[in-house]
Amino acid sequence: MLDNEVKRGSTEMLILALVEDRPRHGYEIAKLIEQRSDGVLQFHVASLYPLLYRLEKRGLIKGRWVEKAGQRRRRFYKLTAAGKKILVQQRQTWKDFFLALDRVAGINPV
Amino acid sequence: MPEWQEEIRHRLAGLNLAPEREGEIVEELSQHLEDRYEDLLALGNAPEAAFHIALAELSESDLLVSELGRIERRVGPEPIIIGTNRSTNMIAGLWQDLRHGTRALLKNPGFTALVVLTLALGIGANVALFSVVNGVLLNPLPFPQPDQLVTLDQSKPNFDRGAIPYPNFRDLQKENRTFSAMAISRGFSFSLLGTGEAERVSARLISADFFSVLDVKPALGRTLAPGEDEPGAGPVVLISAELWQRKFGAAQDVLGKSLTLDDGTYTIVGVIPANFSLFRGTDVYVPIGQWKNPALKTRSAALALHGIGRLKPGVSIEQAQADLNGVMGRLAATYPDTNRGNGAKVSSLKERMIGGIGPTLWMLLGAVGFVLLIACVNVNNLLLARSTGRTREFAIRAALGAGQWRLLRQSLTESLLLALAGGALGLVVAGWGMQAALSVLPTTLPRAAEVGLDSRVLIFTVLISLFTGIISGLAPALKTSRWRLSETLKEGGRGASSRSRAQGALVAVEMALAVVLLIGAGLMIRSLSALWNVDPGFRSDSVLTFSLSLSPAMNAAGPGATRAALRELSDRISSTPGVRAASFSAGAVPLQGEDDLFFWIDGQPKPVSQSEMNMALVYRVEPGYLTAMGIPLKQGRFFSNQDDERSQQVVVIDEVFARKYFGDSNPVGKRIRQDGQDPQQIVGVVGHVKQWSIDSDDSQSLQAQLYEPFRQLSDNSLPTGAGVVALYNGPAAPLDSIRRVVQNHNKQNVISRPHTMTEVIADTLADRRFSMILLEAFALVALLLASLGLYGVISYLVGQRTHELGIRLALGAQRRDVLRLILNHGMKMALGGMALGLIAALGLTRLLTKMIYGVSTTDPATFVIVSLLLTTVALLACFIPALRATKVDPLVALRYE
Repeated sequence: MLDNEVKRGSTEMLILALVEDRPRHGYEIAKLIEQRSDGVLQFHVASLYPLLYRLEKRGLIKGRWVEKAGQRRRRFYKLTAAGKKILVQQRQTWKDFFLALDRVAGINPV
Repeated sequence: MPEWQEEIRHRLAGLNLAPEREGEIVEELSQHLEDRYEDLLALGNAPEAAFHIALAELSESDLLVSELGRIERRVGPEPIIIGTNRSTNMIAGLWQDLRHGTRALLKNPGFTALVVLTLALGIGANVALFSVVNGVLLNPLPFPQPDQLVTLDQSKPNFDRGAIPYPNFRDLQKENRTFSAMAISRGFSFSLLGTGEAERVSARLISADFFSVLDVKPALGRTLAPGEDEPGAGPVVLISAELWQRKFGAAQDVLGKSLTLDDGTYTIVGVIPANFSLFRGTDVYVPIGQWKNPALKTRSAALALHGIGRLKPGVSIEQAQADLNGVMGRLAATYPDTNRGNGAKVSSLKERMIGGIGPTLWMLLGAVGFVLLIACVNVNNLLLARSTGRTREFAIRAALGAGQWRLLRQSLTESLLLALAGGALGLVVAGWGMQAALSVLPTTLPRAAEVGLDSRVLIFTVLISLFTGIISGLAPALKTSRWRLSETLKEGGRGASSRSRAQGALVAVEMALAVVLLIGAGLMIRSLSALWNVDPGFRSDSVLTFSLSLSPAMNAAGPGATRAALRELSDRISSTPGVRAASFSAGAVPLQGEDDLFFWIDGQPKPVSQSEMNMALVYRVEPGYLTAMGIPLKQGRFFSNQDDERSQQVVVIDEVFARKYFGDSNPVGKRIRQDGQDPQQIVGVVGHVKQWSIDSDDSQSLQAQLYEPFRQLSDNSLPTGAGVVALYNGPAAPLDSIRRVVQNHNKQNVISRPHTMTEVIADTLADRRFSMILLEAFALVALLLASLGLYGVISYLVGQRTHELGIRLALGAQRRDVLRLILNHGMKMALGGMALGLIAALGLTRLLTKMIYGVSTTDPATFVIVSLLLTTVALLACFIPALRATKVDPLVALRYE
């Protein structure tokens, strides 16, 4: 389990990245984070939704209720133009950071 | 399927979200939990376990609620918005504040009751005293155009407010140009006969204009017509509403009925309304022309006549004064031997009625204001302590976007609600307080009948309640609204040290206020006891005084019969069982009534006018007087039964008289002269008595005292009634035996106004006692509130430091050290406040200079005693919680979170 600080700093990017291709609902996002990080990163309901709401308020993602036949409606989040810009920036920042870590401490980003 | 929605709603409840928003969040989260639950089941968890895992994730370290709060605040819409335009929002917000405030207060009834009661006491005491100030000082007199009303006196060179001789008054009335009307009156008393048992009624002899000057309309009938006050006019009388009720059952047909007063029969022509309060206690009003006193026609006899007048519109008191002095100047030129040196004195009627009570009342209002401040400080502290428990509530509301102003408003709304409730209850307290205060001392306070709750008092109550609400709520409100969200959430609601500093300062302020009040009260107590220990020059215990009026039949009986009757009564009273000595007394009576005469020393040339003669107080008494009053004989002899109308005229003088007019030479054997009388020989010198008052006697200019034998009164000055002083044995005055003896002599003899001399002295000190009792009460309430405040803060502190104390104890600190630690902390506040209070008191007690007697305003004894008292109380207030601190169990304290 990663340190809380690191986790908090990187989570924004994780969520933005996950909704980059297509809209996803909260549970899907949580599940994807857990699966793709092999369980290293976990977001439960209590920590995930505040983040989602915060991103939405900042205008980086946009939520929308979607009803599908025979199911209860779900809220899907998609990346906004502003979100896209931030995502690009953050990716660059983290890339630079890992590069720096690698040069100094000799670690390879996965 | 588990009920997720309820679980989520329950957790969000504290956030007070808008229903729509809350609904969305609940729906989204419950959807999530449902998905999670399904997945957990699919992974092979039992339903029970799956439910618990999902629920645990929802509850994860309270993250949901706190984080949500943070986000909502960033975005910042107010939680509930009704309508769209701003003023609607304001009102909606206010309404919400009120509802929320009421709910919050009702949730905590013990706390609310404590605060409301504290405030009710403070506000009630203030309202009660303000209504006294309002009724006595602020309200205009209850007469039309009261500012035009003045009193009139004749001034002599060293005596501002002398009585006006009747002929002088008539001239002033005729010749002035600044008055629309003026009238004269004096107190009198009659025996009322023919309506049951003979009784003494209090009367006023009045000139015809008396009631028209004041513009008082009768309750029934009419007042006096012009000319009805002339000698020889038909005998009419006006009666008080009280007498009308008591003797005639308020019957409408009372007009035209007759009333027998002494030996005269008067026709009732009018009833004076009950609310007429200028000369309270007067039963009947008789035209002055009915007074068969020959002295009424002379300009040398003042006869205790004092005037009232109504100024013409636009005329100032100074103009009226100058106008009347002009008239008096012409009179002095025309009648030099009686009028030279005399002037007129015009004063505002209101100021004369109020007398010197003004500064005392303002001082008391100031003192009771201090009590309210202390109550405010206590409420401040209570609210501060309570705000601890509500930190989270406010943090969350702030997080949800409530601005600082909004939170401040919420806090203030609550303290204002408390204060207004306190004010409403305070009005009830004030009502009781006023009744109680007025019934304790009904005679002391001028205009007491006019004291009550009126619109000004109600406005004062509302204002002072609002003020109280803001003062007592502001500090806690500012504190609460400034909580830093993150700190609060991290701290888990535990207090910060800055708050206990604020509380410490507040307690110090309370202590300081209490010190000032205690010192004020202390000084009053010291002066009153100093006054009780002043030697008045006569004995005060076991002395009875009363007035005795002979049967009205004696008026026509002639001087011989009157003399015989008086002598007979004097002997009978003196030999009544229980009476050790007794004497008739006419003229001046110490502390009760003054009478004076003009004289010159025999052998010196007779002064050309009265105002150049010497003046002395005159006491006309019998031989038993000296024993009855316990006045020491210094030289020569006192009167004997042989000093009567047939023997040589003798007088006895007091030490002041002897020193002033005879210096070191022996006055016994010397003679004095009075206008139109034989010379009087001085046969003895007695001790000086305090005539004017216990406290300010020395400051009066007229001090020389002269005694004349009652039995040497001339035929035409022989009274048909007089005062009596009697020295008695045993614990109680034998008034009933004396009354029987007097009634046995003649059924129409009347005894009135019986008092012991101790009561007389107490009466003269009543003003001071009134101030002292009130100040004492205020000071005690202040002390109580301040020590409760100190106790509360220390208790709170001990609670806050339990953890720390536990560590100290675990690390090896002794219980004694802990005790000292807490006591130190408390006493630092108390002593700091006390020092502040002592400094303030040094400055403020100067305002008391005129109200204290026999002690300095910086009386060291008072300051030391108050300091000791307060230190003791403060130690006690700290000791109880400090003792509790030493009982902290380190293990429990360390686990305590």
